Amino acid sequence: MTTTPSESASREAAAALTGVETTARSIAESAARPASGITGAQSLVRSLEAVRVEVVFGIPGGAILPAYDPLFDSHVHHVLVRHEQGAGHAATGYAQATGRVGVCMATSGPGATNLVTPLADAYMDSVPIVAITGQVPSAAIGTDAFQEADIRGITMPITKHNFLVTDAAEIPQRIAEAFHLAATGRPGPVLVDIPKDVLQATTDFAWPPRLDLPGYKPTTRPHGKQVREAAALIAGARRPVLYVGGGVLKAGATAELAELAALTGAPVVTTLMARGAFPDSSPQHLGMPGMHGTVAAVTALQKADVLVALGARFDDRVTGKLSTFAPGALVVHADIDPAEIGKNRRADVPIVGDAKETIAELVGALRAEHEAGRRPDLAAWWAQLDDWRTRYPLGYDWPEDGSLSPQYVIERLGAIAGPDAVYTSGVGQHQMWAAQFIRYEKPGTWLNSGGAGTMGYAVPAAMGAKYGRPEATVWAIDGDGCFQMTNQELATCAIEGIPIKVAVINNGNLGMVRQWQTLFYEGRYSNTRLHARNADGTPKPVRIPDFVALAEALGCVGLRCETKDDVDAVIEKAMAIDDAPVVIDFVVGADAQVWPMVAAGASNDDILAARGLRPVFGDNQV
Amino acid sequence: MSRHTLSVLVENKAGVLARVSALFSRRAFNIESLAVGPTENPDLSRMTIVVDAESAPLEQVTKQLNKLVEVIKIVELDGGAAVQRELLLVKVRAPLAERTTVLQTAELFRARVVDVNTDTVTLEATGTPDKLQALLAVLAPLGIKEMAQSGTVALGRGPRSMSGAGTLRPVDRSA
Repeated sequence: MTTTPSESASREAAAALTGVETTARSIAESAARPASGITGAQSLVRSLEAVRVEVVFGIPGGAILPAYDPLFDSHVHHVLVRHEQGAGHAATGYAQATGRVGVCMATSGPGATNLVTPLADAYMDSVPIVAITGQVPSAAIGTDAFQEADIRGITMPITKHNFLVTDAAEIPQRIAEAFHLAATGRPGPVLVDIPKDVLQATTDFAWPPRLDLPGYKPTTRPHGKQVREAAALIAGARRPVLYVGGGVLKAGATAELAELAALTGAPVVTTLMARGAFPDSSPQHLGMPGMHGTVAAVTALQKADVLVALGARFDDRVTGKLSTFAPGALVVHADIDPAEIGKNRRADVPIVGDAKETIAELVGALRAEHEAGRRPDLAAWWAQLDDWRTRYPLGYDWPEDGSLSPQYVIERLGAIAGPDAVYTSGVGQHQMWAAQFIRYEKPGTWLNSGGAGTMGYAVPAAMGAKYGRPEATVWAIDGDGCFQMTNQELATCAIEGIPIKVAVINNGNLGMVRQWQTLFYEGRYSNTRLHARNADGTPKPVRIPDFVALAEALGCVGLRCETKDDVDAVIEKAMAIDDAPVVIDFVVGADAQVWPMVAAGASNDDILAARGLRPVFGDNQV
Repeated sequence: MSRHTLSVLVENKAGVLARVSALFSRRAFNIESLAVGPTENPDLSRMTIVVDAESAPLEQVTKQLNKLVEVIKIVELDGGAAVQRELLLVKVRAPLAERTTVLQTAELFRARVVDVNTDTVTLEATGTPDKLQALLAVLAPLGIKEMAQSGTVALGRGPRSMSGAGTLRPVDRSA
């Protein structure tokens, strides 16, 4: 790796303070020696150096080949992944763990289309990544040439912006613009497609280039009047809730959030994308809202009189049936993207701005309210909230068949690895359990695919996160279904010296789909069993694949755990291995379910705390 | 549903039209008409988009359009505050016996004859969508062989412009 732990730690601290750091100002202040008579490819690599790219995840191929030649001599490190999807998710994991822009690179055609899933993923979760793709030579564009795909057209709806570079002289400007667009405003993925002849052309390089984005002016400073209105609303609320979304993490606004929470004394809920934005250890934290949120968090939103949405977007997985969501609440909606405000839920007080600035100004305005004697008594509200959370805590039953409980495994993993570790996950039951049963205390410690729900995210994202934060322990918590989509990147980890740890929560099934089949399809398990089975459906005593053998084949240490008594020991054994990636195959029961649950399309009022258990909220409305 | 005319200044770059139309289809917004052309500034093009929408989705349309990096400015041009025109070319069956009727109709609607032959007359007409509809209704019984109609183009009335001094107020630059 190219950075020392101390460099990486200080960079991390800087990122945490300022949010995503590649801004127009940092581009304007960056320096690079000019050069003339160089190739477009050399100009590209110099541009990547000038925007201080540390690492590129990618795979070479015909059209991008010219770029790989100067990259060979550059201090920009290249991680040779095994599938372009891995490159994209690694860039995303790197970006989410460090707050910097992640970079991936691929060739034209199938190389580029393999980036489609991670680009869609990063777009849904507003992650700043830049994808650089080779394109067939300009003269061949549109002729169905070998390995040609219109990747700019394909990725238009799943990128914040994209470019097709037509002239080598444009390369520095387009790269600077791509990084600026990715990192500022509402962050997101940007793709730069460069034809092979443009990479081979002779050009000059000068830095910093002028950014020519006349239509791009993100609003970061909140409107003072709106902030004061929000503060007045909060000061008058009797049942306020701070509804915290991923934007708070993107903006590096966790310190400001802590201040706001302390000042208001209001309950806080953190969405799937915001886990770690507010410490789980705080008594003000009710946990995660949404389809598999805590009863207290879901119900607090339902019964609130003022919702303060900060960098959140009223996703359907949070609101349940929208028309019945938080029916009595006035909504303060603060987001950097004006299009999010009023998209799903009408905002009574809209605030467009960066979460860090917005929350800081809200703190100031709220202080003024308090000084003027306007401060609500939330004791009755807290009595109600405490009652809900005492009666309906998160929990799980040990499987009746005596098999290992997946929730227990994840809970122990979180307890042993602790709040300084970084956790990534795939998508499904294991993801929800990891969001529920690990205690997050710090930003950038929980990375997952929230909006897109991309199975296979965990392993490559962990690789990217570990590269960016080599001093941190990085655990990928994966399901056996997800793991079989992208585990090839373990070979990359083993060869590149990126010692991630993987906990495969192996229930032999596509667990979340199976859970829905149990609940909504009368237990008809159509195509969700991953394990080998006999004609009558009973499991065969054979492991396909054998994850321990697979891990070892990929250059990792493979461990297995099948009983409760071994869980701590095997996790500790994995924690002690620092020179190779480790995979633990946790063989768990197939019938564990994720609870609480609001069924798809149902109202949040109809949350079930456990199967068949409808909470009683009481009529003592405060 | 209600009709709204959005005048959208965009950067004059390849792919902008694709980006705008892709946005409309992805977000399930309906376009009634779309016209694109140059402006007084060679770096900018103007798109005139007529959408059928209730007010809340219209706000989403403009906000999402504003997020496109190459969109510079959007104003809504509606009602008496704007001049709106469409162009119609229509080829009408006009044998000698009926030619006079066709030509009189054209005169009534201030349409111009742009092509004549023994069997047909081709007319050019400009106007509001309502006027062109009325013209077509009168011509229909005579036999319309084919027609081509442009989308609406529009400009705000008065001395103000979308760019430059005394600008028209943009729609929903922020909430």
